[in-house]
Amino acid sequence: MRVREGSRIDAERVVRFSLNGKAVVGRKGDTLASALLANDQRLMGRSFKYHRPRGVVTAGSEEPNALFEIGTGAGQVPNVRGTVQEIFDGMVARSQNCWPSLERDALAINDLMSRFLSAGFYYKTFMWPQAFWEKLYEPIIRRAAGLGALSGDEPVGDFDKAWAHCDLLIIGGGPAGLMAALTAGRTGQRVLIADEDVRLGGRLDAESFELGGMASTDWAREAAAELDSLPNVRVMTRTTVTGAYDGRTFGAYERVSEHLASPPAGAPVGTFWRIVADRTLLAGGAHERMIAFPDNDRPGIMQASAVRSYLHRYGVAPGRKVAVFTNNDDGWRTVDDLQAAGVEVSALIDTRPDVEPGRDVRTVTGAQVVATRGRLGLESLDISKPGGGRQFISADCLAVSGGWNPSVHLTCHMNGRPIWRDDIAAFVPKPGAVPGLEAIGAANGAFSTHEALRAGADAAGGGEIPAAEDAPVNVTPFWHVTGVKGRQWLDLQNDVTVKDIKLAHQENFRSVEHMKRYTTLGMATDQGKLSNMGGLAVMAELTGQPIPSVGTTTFRPPYTPIPVAALAGRAHRAHFAPDRYTPSHQLSEERGASYVEAGLWHRAAWFPQGNETTWKQSADREVGWVRGAVGVCDVTTLGKIDVQGPGARDLLDLLYTGKMSTLKEGRVRYGLMLREDGFVMDDGTCARLGPDHYVITTTTAAAGEVMAYMDFCAQVLKPDLPVRFISTTEQWAQFAVAGPQSRALLEGLLDQGLNDDVLPFMGYLPVQIGDVAGRLFRISFSGELAYELAVPTRYGDALIRVLEDRAKALGGGLYGMEALNILRIEKGFITHSEIHGRVTADDIGFGRMVSPAKDCIGKVMSQRPGLHGAERQQLVGLRAKDGALKAGAHIFGQGKRASAENDQGYITSACTSPTLGHLALAFVVNGRARHGEQVVAHDGLHGTDIACEIVDPVFMDPDGEKMRG
Amino acid sequence: MRIECPQCGARDVREFTYLGAAVLADRPDADATTEAWQDYVHLRDNPAGPHDELWHHAMGCSAWLRVRRNTLTHEILTVTMAQEDRT
Repeated sequence: MRVREGSRIDAERVVRFSLNGKAVVGRKGDTLASALLANDQRLMGRSFKYHRPRGVVTAGSEEPNALFEIGTGAGQVPNVRGTVQEIFDGMVARSQNCWPSLERDALAINDLMSRFLSAGFYYKTFMWPQAFWEKLYEPIIRRAAGLGALSGDEPVGDFDKAWAHCDLLIIGGGPAGLMAALTAGRTGQRVLIADEDVRLGGRLDAESFELGGMASTDWAREAAAELDSLPNVRVMTRTTVTGAYDGRTFGAYERVSEHLASPPAGAPVGTFWRIVADRTLLAGGAHERMIAFPDNDRPGIMQASAVRSYLHRYGVAPGRKVAVFTNNDDGWRTVDDLQAAGVEVSALIDTRPDVEPGRDVRTVTGAQVVATRGRLGLESLDISKPGGGRQFISADCLAVSGGWNPSVHLTCHMNGRPIWRDDIAAFVPKPGAVPGLEAIGAANGAFSTHEALRAGADAAGGGEIPAAEDAPVNVTPFWHVTGVKGRQWLDLQNDVTVKDIKLAHQENFRSVEHMKRYTTLGMATDQGKLSNMGGLAVMAELTGQPIPSVGTTTFRPPYTPIPVAALAGRAHRAHFAPDRYTPSHQLSEERGASYVEAGLWHRAAWFPQGNETTWKQSADREVGWVRGAVGVCDVTTLGKIDVQGPGARDLLDLLYTGKMSTLKEGRVRYGLMLREDGFVMDDGTCARLGPDHYVITTTTAAAGEVMAYMDFCAQVLKPDLPVRFISTTEQWAQFAVAGPQSRALLEGLLDQGLNDDVLPFMGYLPVQIGDVAGRLFRISFSGELAYELAVPTRYGDALIRVLEDRAKALGGGLYGMEALNILRIEKGFITHSEIHGRVTADDIGFGRMVSPAKDCIGKVMSQRPGLHGAERQQLVGLRAKDGALKAGAHIFGQGKRASAENDQGYITSACTSPTLGHLALAFVVNGRARHGEQVVAHDGLHGTDIACEIVDPVFMDPDGEKMRG
Repeated sequence: MRIECPQCGARDVREFTYLGAAVLADRPDADATTEAWQDYVHLRDNPAGPHDELWHHAMGCSAWLRVRRNTLTHEILTVTMAQEDRT
């Protein structure tokens, strides 16, 4: 019921939304919960396990019960707390976990069976048969017990990720946070103040205090206005700091447009922030805790502080006849505030026998609530009188105050454990638990407004503070009512009762972490903000220990739930990783190429022509062009590193197994790099362009790894070498021109002769293509007479078009990765399919490439026993007559069973050559000595056994006459 | 986690790549004993506390850094250029 103006309500602005299809009218500034309370709707949801009717308990993000689905279709968001969601015109809200309706929920029958569904029920009942768990039990339980549902559709709306940096991060904008921000802001520090609420103020908006001679809410508005005027202060509202991480880094989630009917164009739904702060003040306040008594979960029973929040912020009285149940003086304030607003207070029930509240209300001290009534909402309650006997109290709302828990959560994210303070009966943060972070105000157990302001000012450099209330904390711990029947609820979302804790204790789940997992206490979306302390207190009683000896469970990020989509930000689908396109990409698009991803690169795989319908038809034609005429292929993606300086040759000698220092200018050599453990890291070519100038290539896949390793060798192992190098992969477009007509093609293009005297096999020649200086290497990855021509990348597109035209004129054209793969397998050339990290130079037949004349990375370890010899699996070729070979198939002797002990090796690459038939490269035990042997390639995945012969891995032109030309 | 690169300033750990313990900088000579090489390539201490290690500022200036990090708290104690340490 709306009884007065609220500090956050614009009474003139009506907002219309719907709940479960019914129209509801609220006011601008309302949360979903306050709007429903204003409409006298106390029933807001059904509990997780027993489907009991539940109402709102809090007025903040710790809400366990008032959860809703907001939105429709793909934009539907489940488990939204009604205490946080601001209403907007056209908002669609639905209750969760109920069918057919919130008021009549079929699964409420669970509640009648609750004596069979106690803690551990699922573990004990659905043990057998094991196979039933996944297929039967779990789906049924999930259907019955779930909370909200996702639509299953692709989500709508984007999320962003962002960074912020500041001198001082202030978490929470209540009295302590505001005072700290003002004090630090006035000195010019870069201050960032974040608050999860819609505006700064915290409880200053929710109480009837005076502060600095004005209403506390007005003081908060003035303070917020001053902060807004300071250019060095950044105010982030609707922003929850969710985690504390190493390096003074904090995670935060900002709700950018979840509360807007029509968000601005381009605005994200929310933004996940990483905030780096030299210093941080945790001013996150405290959560009021409940008291457990029989049937303490009926709609209408809520935190006393929440009752005051609804009254002051939204002008809403959660009931027409309110009773107050307290163990501390805060409860008395609630009586005052309600009466001042003209709301009837039916009773003040204080658990403490020796206090005199002195309020004009029926007051019973030393009393307890022992029973409540009301099916879908509280109607009345019974209290036990100090001298014995019961008293009936009529109430549709019960405001409960069990004391306050400082919000220590963030201080526990880096392994800190909170410290118990007897005087306030609560845990407070351990100082220094998060480097650079200090807790102030209520978050540090300083509960009066004066203490909060003082702590805020002092933590930010000191200064004057305005006058404010300084009431002492008078709390007598009281956790739950004893000696009465009925279920006393601790965790209102997961339906955990005092009895469940007792059962856990009885079954020896006594450590708090065991108790938590056995009962699910504190495992709901509110992460036990309301329930943990009650559970600990019950366990402490049962084990006869003080609460601090029982300890606490571990608080982990996030403080409140974050949409997973926010953690992904825009890094999904096309933006999951960058795309790298080759210089010939535009032409490849025009030619209808299909692509294969090589790391981040998109490489053309084949170029379909005419009636070709399969990749194999295209690839075979392209292979034919290279073998019979000339083909052109983009090889830009291979890593290119430009190495210069007098120390270049020494660095390359260290990196490569071969002696690159003897390489002559204008010559190219094939090189192998090992890891320090003696296994092959990468291969490529090394060209010497000048006295102290080399260009080396790496495989596409290993370009980054090799570059980092070169940095390591140059900076860490050989820091004195005068050498510099840089990746030029993106600076040079490079195209292979391969086939018997390749020389003719290039002679025409370059207008010069290219015979062996001018450019021999494994030679390098600087060339001019018109006005453009290029580099021509005579190297071959196909076994044909072949060249690679490089030009600065900006000319790549022009060059590939010229090369294609000239190739066409000579009876050839473009070829892609599929043809390249067939060509290289025919020739026995290796890729990372072969040098996959578990092979040595000797395994691939390159043992002699490890120069005996010098040291190199991996040399010593490659000489270890067991890394060469007949027991090693060595590179061989396989030829089959009756069917295609497949990579991954394992090799067995003829007539041998396909079992691990008979395993002779495996296929790494396979193809069906248009001219040579079914080929494969494989590693086979002692393979080099077994050429001519008949074996079987067993492919367990495809269920095939293919007879094949072990042969030399070079299937074609073993003497290299073609490429030497 | 953040690492204060001597060249670039404090940067988020995502910019860096971890290699391993700083003993990797002390590569044995080619004629060192098998045991020395075995130590260098395979054997590492696993201290609970300060640990010297090598990090590469791969997404920054490409510097190799010698970082002293507390393995219990992830506190970065010192950062120096590996190159300067060696020369």
